[in-house]
Amino acid sequence: MRLSQNSIALYVVVIALGFLASLLFPNELAQISGLVIVVVLIQTWILANKYMSVGQRAFVLYAVVIICGIAAPFAFPNYVTQIAILWLMILFALTWDMMGGQMGYNSLGNIIFFGVGMYASAIVQIGLYYDVAQYTSHAGAVKVQYDWFQYVFGMGLGLIAAAISAVVVAVVLGRVVFGLRGPYFAIGTLGAAIAAGELVGAWDYVGGGGGITMPTFPGSGDERSLFFYFALFGLALFTFAFLKWLYSRRYALAVNAIRDDEDKAEAMGIHTLRYKTVAWAMSAFLLGMSGAVFGNMSGFVEPLEVAFPTITFGIFMVLMALLGGKGTLWGPVLGAVVFHIIKELTWTYFLGWQWVALGMLIIINVAYFQQGILGWAQEKWPDFFGLTVDESDTREAAADASGEASK
Amino acid sequence: MDNISLLTMAPVLNVQLLVDGLLIGAIFALVAYGLALVWGVTNVKNLAQGDFVMMGGYIAYAMTLAGIHPFLALPVAIVLMFAFGWLIYKTVIYRVVDKDLFTSLLATFGIAIVVQQLLNLIFGPEVKIAESGFGIGEYLDGGLTVSNIKVIAFFLALALALVVVLFMKKSRMGQAIRATSQNARAARIMGIDTDKVYAITFALNAAICGAAGVLISMIWVIQPYFGTSYSIRAFVIVTAAGLGNLPGVIMAGLGLGALEQFGSFILGAEFQQAIVVGLLLVILVIRQIQQSRHRQVVK
Amino acid sequence: MNSIIEIKDVSKAFGGVIANQSISINVAEGGITGLIGPNGSGKTTLFNSIVGHHPIDSGSIKFEGAEISTFKVQQIARLGLLRTFQQTRIYSKMNCVQNMLISIPHRTSGILDMFKAHSPETNERALELLEFVGLFSKRNLIAGDLSFGQQKLLEFAMALMNEPKVLLLDEPTAGINPTLINGLIDRLKMANEQFGVTLFVIEHNMRVIMNLAEHIYCLAHGELLAEGKPDDIQNDQRVVDAYLGAH
Repeated sequence: MRLSQNSIALYVVVIALGFLASLLFPNELAQISGLVIVVVLIQTWILANKYMSVGQRAFVLYAVVIICGIAAPFAFPNYVTQIAILWLMILFALTWDMMGGQMGYNSLGNIIFFGVGMYASAIVQIGLYYDVAQYTSHAGAVKVQYDWFQYVFGMGLGLIAAAISAVVVAVVLGRVVFGLRGPYFAIGTLGAAIAAGELVGAWDYVGGGGGITMPTFPGSGDERSLFFYFALFGLALFTFAFLKWLYSRRYALAVNAIRDDEDKAEAMGIHTLRYKTVAWAMSAFLLGMSGAVFGNMSGFVEPLEVAFPTITFGIFMVLMALLGGKGTLWGPVLGAVVFHIIKELTWTYFLGWQWVALGMLIIINVAYFQQGILGWAQEKWPDFFGLTVDESDTREAAADASGEASK
Repeated sequence: MDNISLLTMAPVLNVQLLVDGLLIGAIFALVAYGLALVWGVTNVKNLAQGDFVMMGGYIAYAMTLAGIHPFLALPVAIVLMFAFGWLIYKTVIYRVVDKDLFTSLLATFGIAIVVQQLLNLIFGPEVKIAESGFGIGEYLDGGLTVSNIKVIAFFLALALALVVVLFMKKSRMGQAIRATSQNARAARIMGIDTDKVYAITFALNAAICGAAGVLISMIWVIQPYFGTSYSIRAFVIVTAAGLGNLPGVIMAGLGLGALEQFGSFILGAEFQQAIVVGLLLVILVIRQIQQSRHRQVVK
Repeated sequence: MNSIIEIKDVSKAFGGVIANQSISINVAEGGITGLIGPNGSGKTTLFNSIVGHHPIDSGSIKFEGAEISTFKVQQIARLGLLRTFQQTRIYSKMNCVQNMLISIPHRTSGILDMFKAHSPETNERALELLEFVGLFSKRNLIAGDLSFGQQKLLEFAMALMNEPKVLLLDEPTAGINPTLINGLIDRLKMANEQFGVTLFVIEHNMRVIMNLAEHIYCLAHGELLAEGKPDDIQNDQRVVDAYLGAH
């Protein structure tokens, strides 16, 4: 492929973004290695475009992402937590998009499943070895030591409990809110998320508003951050791979049909309620597990700021998916990366004004950049996305045409 | 829950709660009427409704700091908020007004966040009150105490609503607004500048909210983040009453005010927000059940 | 001939407005039945009642001998009783092939079927039907970008993809370029003969319906006015009066 003006422009934009991102790193070594990584990535991409087939290119892309993901905590040991949160953000955006982008059900309350998972795992992990009510009534005064087996076993069970309870909540809540459409669904789920936070805050068994201290990690600080880094990285990777598979199935077209015209989908006999419930349950499954991991990672679980942060994580999910381009697989990923960089920059340079900046970002995004990054690219380069008129009118003619092309 | 038995033992407490609830409920109804207006005309569900209310409240508070009586803030807040609403329409809302409903919902949500945060940065997170200096009236041999300002605010809210209703019925602009809400396309064909109608409606709603905020700042407390509760209250009322149903909005507003007073007395004041949200969910579920009888959904 | 749909004394009112007043209609299996009537005579309301869009006030609707008036839209669609919309509804953000692929019959699909891939046969069938309605060259375009007439054709192809037993068509030729109407009539007849789909058609274009249908019902003011062969209907004074507004 010839290096067109567009790809040069893209090159420049990416380097600029990489440079901006490198500003986040205080020492020069990290800045330089960050820049080098970005340049190498682009170079690989261009070479891949030149010499490889589509399948091979995709393989290279995934390989590079996975290698970067594994190498990142060792290359930037000071930023393990930030990068781990980036993976969490990607998971957030992808799971929100399962409903909002793919199915047109714009939920403002998906954070419920994150919080439910977090609390479910906390109860299981503590309840395995202690009495939960007694533990929480001391408000963190009882610090207990878990050995490796107890910790990992407890967390494994906690993850399972988190996933199951989030799915149960999704199915039950779905029965309540799936009769609502459009803005009513958004407002109803927002209300449910706020109510969930308030309810848990009034529930003394889990410590109420005072929260729960999670079991202490048995290893060293570095081991701890690596452990949670790879937990979140693995979850995000699994989410992406699962959705990539899922979106090639009949499921994808059915939920897209619900998004485009639910009445028509019903009139065509599609099991709409079944699809909606399964979509929400799967999204809850993934969010529940991420909640369990995040709860352990933060070490302290509390209803309003950590478990059900409607106004932060709950809104971030929506914003990231919109920013990248909802209804696509890569859009939410892209949106999460860009958003995370913008967020870290504003939190560093506009401290005190970061929330104003966030609100402005929402307004600008929805009022002036509705299609998102991928949607914008699709408008700009429709050929690349296969939106073409085939000149042949019949199947035979099309077969002939493709036969000639391959000669 | 002990408070329930308190209510049966001292019946006058019920009267107290009821009166307090009805007085505050009138202002809820005013805010909800503004929401219904914008909703019906532009189809934008304004999630920043409550934050516009808080802005009005802070205008009154700022004027008391300068030694001006908060009553005088009423016209100031109306004018300023009208201008602010117009500005917001011309910069943000006009871009999303014909887009899908989630887009406009999210845009107003963004506005809500910005307004909250700016108020927080300017005035700080503490609760504030605009002192009006009216005394307290005692009724029923001292069993029922009502601050006079609440009564005054109640009638002011009614008067404001009446002015808006008259404006909608009598003035040419009001007629244009009603025509647009019934059929925007037809209105456009008949030569009505619907974009101007939308802008004025949005600005008018902001002015209504501003006035309600001034009243709230005098009879209750204001705080940068309390706006969300008012937005949800307005949604509860409009969802329960339906669009274009003014008596319904007033009844639902008064009812919500009373319900909240009783609810927070029985469960505790910290549950005020939970009660409002819980009511929202209950109303939505009831609406769904009603609609499903006709094999319809809540749209 | 057997009746596949039997409508008996169906009434439906919206508030005080009576849309259908004890209407009885039989749709013959394997045939093409027409439904005509002036604007506002209750034709679309009757369609909506048949497919379960809203509950009916009284009467009975039987499909293949079984009562369906209490069923919901999806259940009825899965029985093989499908409708197209007057205002043409397709999935506007998906391309034509995707629109076709998801229109497969969902009659027997279990919960795990949603995780199945599209079979090559389904793909082949989708392309075949797109070719049948003349949209093959547009197959990769986003359906919402097609013209109104093309969307109508796509909707028709989607309905055929669903392999219905009965297809209710609400004004299939409205808004279609007059030069294409003959082609559409031919396709409707082919669908009826080759695929064995029973058709029940609302139509305003008299030339089309007289050409197409074997038996015609005429509604006026929510009541059944006349029924019979196309020739009888054409010469029925009551029908002529209804259309000229003599009522």
